[in-house]
Formats: sequence, structure tokens, C-alpha cells
Amino acid sequence: MKRILTILAAAVLSAAPAAAQVRVLNGAGSTFGFPIYSKWFSEYHKAKPGLQINYASIGSGGGIRQFTEKTVDFGATDGPMTDEQIQKAGGDVLHLPTVLGGVVPIFNVPGVKDLRFDGAALAGIYLGKIAKWNDPLLVKLNPKAKLPDMPIMVVHRADGSGTTYCFVDYLSKVSPEWKKSVGLGTSVNWPVGMGGKGSEGVTGLVKQNPGAIGYVELIYALQNGLSYASVRNRAGLFVKGTLAGVTAAAAGAARTMPKDFRVSITNAPGRGSYPISTFTWLLVRRHGQDGKGVEIRDFLRWMLKHGEGEAAALGYAPLPGAVKARVAKVVETIQG
Amino acid sequence: MTPAAAPERTSSGARGLVPVPGPRERAGDRLFRLIVTGFALLTLATVAALAWQLTRGSLGTWRAFGASFLWGRTWDPVNDVFGALPFLYGTLVTSLIALLIAVPLGVGTAVFLTELAPRRLASAVGFAVELLAAVPSVILGLMGMYLLVPAVRFVEPSLERWLGFLPFFRGAAYGLGLLTAGLILSLMILPYVTAITRDVLATVPRSLKEALYALGATRWEVVRGVSLPYARPGILGAVFLALGRALGETMAVTMVIGNTPRISASLFSPGYSMAAVIANELAEAVSDAHLSALIAIGLTLLGVTIVVNGLARLLIYRLERPR
Amino acid sequence: MSGHPARRKRTNALMLGLTALCALLSASALFAILGYIAWKGASAVSWAFLTRLPVPVGETGGGIANSVLGSLEVVGLAALIGVPVGVLGGVYLAEYGRGRLAFWVRYAADVLNGVPSIVVGLFAYALIVLPMKRFSALSGSVALSVIMVPVVLRSTEDFLRLVPGTIREAALALGVPRWKVTLRVVLPSASRGILTGALLAVSRVAGETAPLIFTAFGNTFWGRGLLEPVATLPLTIYNYAISPYDDWHRQAWAAALVLMLFVLAVNLAARLWLRPRAAN
Repeated sequence: MKRILTILAAAVLSAAPAAAQVRVLNGAGSTFGFPIYSKWFSEYHKAKPGLQINYASIGSGGGIRQFTEKTVDFGATDGPMTDEQIQKAGGDVLHLPTVLGGVVPIFNVPGVKDLRFDGAALAGIYLGKIAKWNDPLLVKLNPKAKLPDMPIMVVHRADGSGTTYCFVDYLSKVSPEWKKSVGLGTSVNWPVGMGGKGSEGVTGLVKQNPGAIGYVELIYALQNGLSYASVRNRAGLFVKGTLAGVTAAAAGAARTMPKDFRVSITNAPGRGSYPISTFTWLLVRRHGQDGKGVEIRDFLRWMLKHGEGEAAALGYAPLPGAVKARVAKVVETIQG
Repeated sequence: MTPAAAPERTSSGARGLVPVPGPRERAGDRLFRLIVTGFALLTLATVAALAWQLTRGSLGTWRAFGASFLWGRTWDPVNDVFGALPFLYGTLVTSLIALLIAVPLGVGTAVFLTELAPRRLASAVGFAVELLAAVPSVILGLMGMYLLVPAVRFVEPSLERWLGFLPFFRGAAYGLGLLTAGLILSLMILPYVTAITRDVLATVPRSLKEALYALGATRWEVVRGVSLPYARPGILGAVFLALGRALGETMAVTMVIGNTPRISASLFSPGYSMAAVIANELAEAVSDAHLSALIAIGLTLLGVTIVVNGLARLLIYRLERPR
Repeated sequence: MSGHPARRKRTNALMLGLTALCALLSASALFAILGYIAWKGASAVSWAFLTRLPVPVGETGGGIANSVLGSLEVVGLAALIGVPVGVLGGVYLAEYGRGRLAFWVRYAADVLNGVPSIVVGLFAYALIVLPMKRFSALSGSVALSVIMVPVVLRSTEDFLRLVPGTIREAALALGVPRWKVTLRVVLPSASRGILTGALLAVSRVAGETAPLIFTAFGNTFWGRGLLEPVATLPLTIYNYAISPYDDWHRQAWAAALVLMLFVLAVNLAARLWLRPRAAN
């Protein structure tokens, strides 16, 4: 017994490496941003070995909550904090956009490779009003596709998520009925369908089930070789959720961007804009503690200069130039 | 309890004992008893603290909905309307399915291992079944998603053809749903049922069995006539302990149950369980009402676990006394 | 025992055959699971995978060394907390546990055993993370130790009860105080059994994901002591599994294989340790 305890104690002690000179920043939040953040923090550590930025992808809601509780040094979210939440967090909160992404409708309809949706069609499907693939509304939008007489299996996220927030934000803007009967949130009371755990779960369900439709970030559709539909934007054109479409949506919104960057860019104006796009933000306090504010500021400078270039390779759209310049100005105001 | 390898009797010599005179002995004994009692109380205190935490965290929900939270059918995080019934239903149904499968299978296995199999085979098979309890839940969930779900989707149409006259076997074949979750759960509780039943069967007195053999009974008749009736209370206790485990199982269930808070009679349709909704929504529950409702679900689950384990205790307690 | 002899024989053969089928089904489940994980994970496991730190998406050659070490750290500390508490509680139940209090302690242990692990994680979050204002390896260990205690407690009780009463009586008759008898005679004679229980508890918590999300938190670098976040195997598997990238999925399966082998090894060690005595 004693011997085992000694061994265990030795294991615990040896697990704490000797070099304690490294400073550590902890952040948490968005799973959507996790891949690029882990890339950035790894590269930044190489550039500046004295600092480790550790990030845990616990979800945007978790990010906001932990940031509010001050258990982490910064948060990350795909849906901006509300005024009330900012108040609860102490008021001293900056939303700094980092990259953008698009949410695309993925589908698995035998014999159909390309589909077009508009807001009414997507809302109808997710409200349960459109239950078959050969519904007149869908046929009218897709005259060329051979739509089968097949029930639509609606798939949504089971866990609360920023992806859901972006998707239902779009539906709320284009469908008054959606806004009234379901509403906006990271998890909602879905009228129909079944829930998959995480984007992985949704992708898996759509891939495995003929007749299914789901929504995921673009990168999941690309990596899994799934067909994704184009969506009609505010200008009336059908656009695919590629990086170009997302960047265009951001550019359109840049002109109307509020001071605190808390902006929704779903259903954005502009001919090339993809309507289901979103920024993702880092949550930072303007007045940091123990020099951590300065560390974060330095990182953000690095991110704007070197980090943005890495975005496209991982399936994210980088910030448009105009937005980047404004973010850079705000970054300089961080102190402490 | 984790099914441990059957404990064997140990013996040990008394080493290095020095007799200590009377009066000091009593003080030492009292101190020792106080210390170990303190550690035992720590377990009790943990459960109490857990219950207190969950109660405190869910006060908002109880204030808003009262007891009707338990039979509310709506789960709407946008408008902050919450009811726990769909989750209670899903948890109970999947656990029942798991018991319906795992109990016969586990008891059958235990009978084979104690009455029929040669010793070596019995210990090898028993070992393999017990190791099943060691497989992490996440890994079982992955297996469920990639192997079980397609298999169930393939089987469901034929089930509907043969048993479709029952309301339980109707509807679209998604592969995900209450049935699949029940199947995964049955795999997780199988080792518990098997191990406990095996232990209980091993306690059946030889003389009883031999009396029946002397009358010319077949092996099966001895099992049916003596062993199983004798072991019944113990098996029932095993069933309740297994049920206690099945109720709280999280990761594997959430990956295959379909995660839809709806109540329907068909086992093919997607459902939701209490543990799964906590796991899914806790991280993203931004509003306080939502968080409070999830914690209220946790408290309800704790309550159900207390009741089920109480029943198991009662059965085992009763069974221990007359012997 | 009525009926035609031939029919009785047939029933006998049929029912016994069915029990054999049950056993076959039950045992094959384990091999199906092990085979599947090995098939999915084996190609990505290598020495480098086990000894290197993770790298971001798109770069090759990343490993899970920090998760392996972190898991050892968190689970080891959990054992340091949970095993003594469980063993001493078990001593109480076996040596003094007859009254009403003992009933409630056993009941509490069973309830604790059935509490979903995510609720335990929430508990540790409120108990340790919030007051300390930081995620830490320590809080993860506390969460896991809460799960370990009931397992160790009940198995300790079971094994202590198996120690023959004659041994206790012999020592007590020599005038040895009871606490000394318990510590020096009874506990040592049951030590193998207790150790088995402890190892089984370790193997159970080693695969837990849910309690660690809001406690140990995860880390892409080496952990820096007990008061900082740390990476663990189950959490790393989970993070990689829900990502969109093929390479991370491959690593998730490989890490699952590593975790499975670790859990199996601990389990086998526990059981084989117990076995030689049985042969005596």
C-alpha cells in the first residue's frame, strides 16, 4: 500500500516541470475558433517563448460565463455578449473580432448535388412546414434538380452553440414566424428534427441518413465532402458560403460597424454577401491585472500583423482591411 | 460497485505485536474509532453537500415553476420555459430497455458460468465480461455511433413489419433514438448484473441442489427449481443497482439517443435523457434561468438515484437479515 | 419434474444451450470493442505520438505527451485523496458498521456511485474553481476522487469482512488494542483485496471526461503544477473528436487506443495481483 502511494506521489511531483519562469494566460470559449486559436497560440509561443497562452474550447456560453466569473484571463465567443451580461461582467469588456466564418446548409438527397434555398424555404423546413423534398416551394427554387418524394429529416445541434446562434439569427431576420414562435439563442426549442452532439454529430447524422438536412460551419462540409446549398442573399442572388462570400458580407457590414464591434452580419447587404455569416470575438478587459492586459495587447498586435494570414488555410475568412484597422486602434487602448 | 474479481479468503500471521496495558488502550481505541467514523461521515457529507449545492443552484427554477417543473413538457431556453418530463421519460424508458436486455443476458451468462462451464472457461469468460465495465463511456458512445446506429437503422423496418401492431415499434427508421440508447446502456450494465448474479448463485447450498439431483432432475431443472429461486432476492438487488448506474449514464447515451425533448410511444423515435441534457447544454447555458433549470434536472436525477438505490438497499437489507 | 423424459432432456439441452449463447454474446462484446478501437487507432500510434506535444492543425508530428502525463498527475492525485478516505471509511463499516449511521453511509456511497459524473464536475467547480478563481489540476483531482471514494469504500468493506474473525480474536486475546489489531493485522491481511479495489477505481476514473471539462480544463502545453490547468487524455480525445479535421480524428482514435490500453493494463494488473493467492 505504502509503496504504491510513494509511486503515485512521485508521479504527481514529476509531472510538474521545473521551469517555472514561463508566464501563462488562460482563455476559454468558442469551439468554432479553437483550431485557429490553438494555431496562433502555438506560433506565438515560438515567437515569444516566455509566454504560454492556453485555450480550452468549452463553448461560447461557457466562455462568457468563465470570463464573467474571472476564472480565465480572456474569453472567446461566436455570439456577442448582451448589455446585461456586460454589466454583470463589470462593464469593462472589449469585443475584438478575430476571424469570420459561414454556416452552410448541408444535405443528403440521393441524386442531387446542388441546391438553392431562400430564407422562407430554410425557415419552412426548420419549422416543420416543409416536410418533403419535392415540396412546391423547393421545386420552384430548384427547377433543374430532380427532387425526390422523400421526407426531410431535420438535424440541428443538441448542445448550445454559436453555430446555432448564427443560423437562427438569420432565420429570425428572414422569417417573422420563426422570430415569433422560436426566437434567438444558442439553444432553442426546435419545432422538429433531432439533435446531434456538436458539429461532428450533425455532420455524421446528415452523412448517414438519406433525406437529411443540417447546418454546420463551412469547414465541416469541406472536410467531410458533403454537398452544401447556396442561399439567396438580401440582394436576391444565390451565394455559396465560401470564404469569398463571407468576406463580402463582412465588408458590407464594415461600413455600419458599431464602435464596440458587436454586430450581426447575417443577411448582410451587398451582391456577393453570403447571408449566414458571423464574426467570432475575443473578450478582453480594457484594464487588465498583473500585466496580463499588456500581454494580451501584445498578442493581439501580433495576431493582426501575422496571424490573420493563416486564417484561410484553416477555412476561416480573415478580417477585411477596414475592420482590421479599427480593431488595431482599439487594441492600443488596452492597459494594465 | 465495480464488479471485482471474486474476493478470496486471506490469512496472515500476526506480526510485530506488542501488548499494551489497559487504560491507554481504551483512549487509543476511541480515537481510532472517531477517526474512521469521521472518514465514513465524509461520504455522507459529500452527498449532503452535493444535494445542497444542487438545491441552492436550482432555487430559481423551483420558484418559477414549483413542482410542475417535473411534469412540464416544454423545454424552451429562448423564452425560459422549462419542464423536465421528456427527460424523465427518456431516462426511464432507456433504462427499462437496458434492463429488459441485460438482465436475461446477464443471468443466463451467470448460470452458464456457475453451473455448466469448466472452471478455466468460466474464469476466462467471466473476466471478459467484467472488463466490459472498464471501457470508458466515451469510447462506447463512439462505437454506438459508428456501428450500432447503422445496424439499428437496418433492423428497424423489419421490426416494424413483425411487431408494428404495437405502438412501440413504429415510425421512421433513423437508427438514433430510445432503442439504440437502451442497447448501449444494456452493454454497460451487463457486467454488473452478471457479476452479482454469479456471486449470488455461488452461495446456493450444495445440499439443496444434490437433493434434487438425487430425485433424477436434469441440470436445467435444478437451476430452475433451486438455484434461481434461492438467488432471486440477490438478483433483484443486482437489478436495482444496475438501474442506478443506467440512470446516470451520460456520454454514451447522448451520442445515440437523438437529443430531442419529445415524448412518444415509439422506441424508434429520438428522445432525451436527464444526464444527456445536462451534458449538452450546461456549457452553453448563458441565461441564469437556463442554468438553474439544468441544475434542477441534476437535483431531480439525484432524487431518482436516491430512491432507486434506497429500494436496492431495502431488498438487500431484507435479504441479509433472515440468513 | 413431470413430463416425458425425452422432452425433459430436450428442454434441458435447449435451455443450457441458451445460457451458453448468452455467455458467448456477453464475452464477444468486449472483443468487438477492443478490435474496433485497435483497428481505428493503431495506425497513428507511434513513439513520437506518445512523447511529443500537440501541434496545431495542418502540421504533422504532433503527440499527446502532455495529456498522458497530465492524466497520470490528475488521476494520481485523485487516488492520493480518494483511496485513504475510501479505505478508512471502509474500515469503519467493516469494524464498527452495524448501526443506523452505517446504513446511511452505505446508502450514501451507493447514491454517490450513481450520480452522473458531470454533476460531480459541477460540484467540484463550485467547491474549488470558483473560490480559487482558477481552473486547476487540483480541482480535477478532487472531482475524480469523489467518484473513487464509494468504489474504494465498498470494496474495502467487502474484503475486510473476509478476514477470518479468528485472527482478530487471537490478537485481541493477546491484549493488543483494537486499533492496532485493525491497522497491523486486519488491514494487512486484506491489503491485496483493498489494492485491487483501489486500482479498479483508478481504472474507472481514468476514462472520465465530463467531470474534467470545468475543472482540469485542458492545456496545449505541459502542465505547470497542481494549481494550473492541465491536459488529460479523455478531454483531449473529446476535443479532437469534435473538431472538423481528419488528422485530429486520427489522433483522437489513437489516443482512445492509448487510454483503453492503460485502463485495461490497470484492470489486468489488479485482477492478476489477486489471483496467485487464490491458487494457494
